[in-house]
Amino acid sequence: MKSSVIVFPGSNCDRDIAVALEKLQFKNSMIWHKENILPKSDLIVVPGGFSYGDYLRSGAIAAKSNILNEVIKAGERGSLILGICNGFQILIECGLLKGALLRNSGLKFISKNIFIKIQSNKNKFFNKYKKNEILELNIAHNEGNFFTDKKHLNELEDNDLIPIKYCDKEGNINPKTNPNGSLNNIAGIFNKNKNILGMMPHPERMADKTCSNEDGLPLFLSLMN
Amino acid sequence: MKFAITVTLKKDVLDPQGKVVSQTLKNMGMNNLSQVRQGKFFEIDLKEKDSSKAHNQVKEMCEKLLVNQIIEDFKISKTE
Repeated sequence: MKSSVIVFPGSNCDRDIAVALEKLQFKNSMIWHKENILPKSDLIVVPGGFSYGDYLRSGAIAAKSNILNEVIKAGERGSLILGICNGFQILIECGLLKGALLRNSGLKFISKNIFIKIQSNKNKFFNKYKKNEILELNIAHNEGNFFTDKKHLNELEDNDLIPIKYCDKEGNINPKTNPNGSLNNIAGIFNKNKNILGMMPHPERMADKTCSNEDGLPLFLSLMN
Repeated sequence: MKFAITVTLKKDVLDPQGKVVSQTLKNMGMNNLSQVRQGKFFEIDLKEKDSSKAHNQVKEMCEKLLVNQIIEDFKISKTE
């Protein structure tokens, strides 16, 4: 499978995701944000980091970059797009996903391992997980507090568009197990067609036993399925 | 032509920074305070003499980049 990782000034998880993809034999290309041409890709990844220093709003400036026009077109054509952390913020700012990521409710940058529960595996991104499976992944963000209006929230809930929610080790989903104040413990959302996923936790950091667990690996295996 | 733009979080969006500022001011003895909302301020200088054209252009800037209208409101005022 062919993948493209978009690189902005300030991206810092681009190498991590490339290593994870290459480990699984993805033929990966790194694409600089000033490019106007996106190679044909089965998967496009918008990685984590602090694109443009988070100026204005996280992801707002990156969302107006040259290559994003191509990413938007590819997304509308049905290509698989994965936005992780700052990548999720960029996908929201460019309109491929709806809603907003506000500052964490506790006002602190959070960098720690958390637990998420798989809400739905009937999609291209989580089909190698079991429903209700609990994963331990890492989060590292200041603006991960997902917010949206009631109409969109209902749309997400009714159409199975919230694949992952924050929980504790036992899988309890409640305000106490919500690290950042995110609406209904939402950790990631799909667009309507489920070809675009934005998520705050970092699966690429949990893809190699030498430095972590491998809870993120099935996500990449799912994409190959 | 100069414009001032104030961006604030919408009424029903939680503003944790505003809350902390409000609590701190109360701790400093400003007890008659009811609420603080924190926002952003932009000063925009345009090379345009037609005031309605300029206003429309600033509005477009707000809608396309400066403001996330899902969570923020904005006010434009002409300053010069």
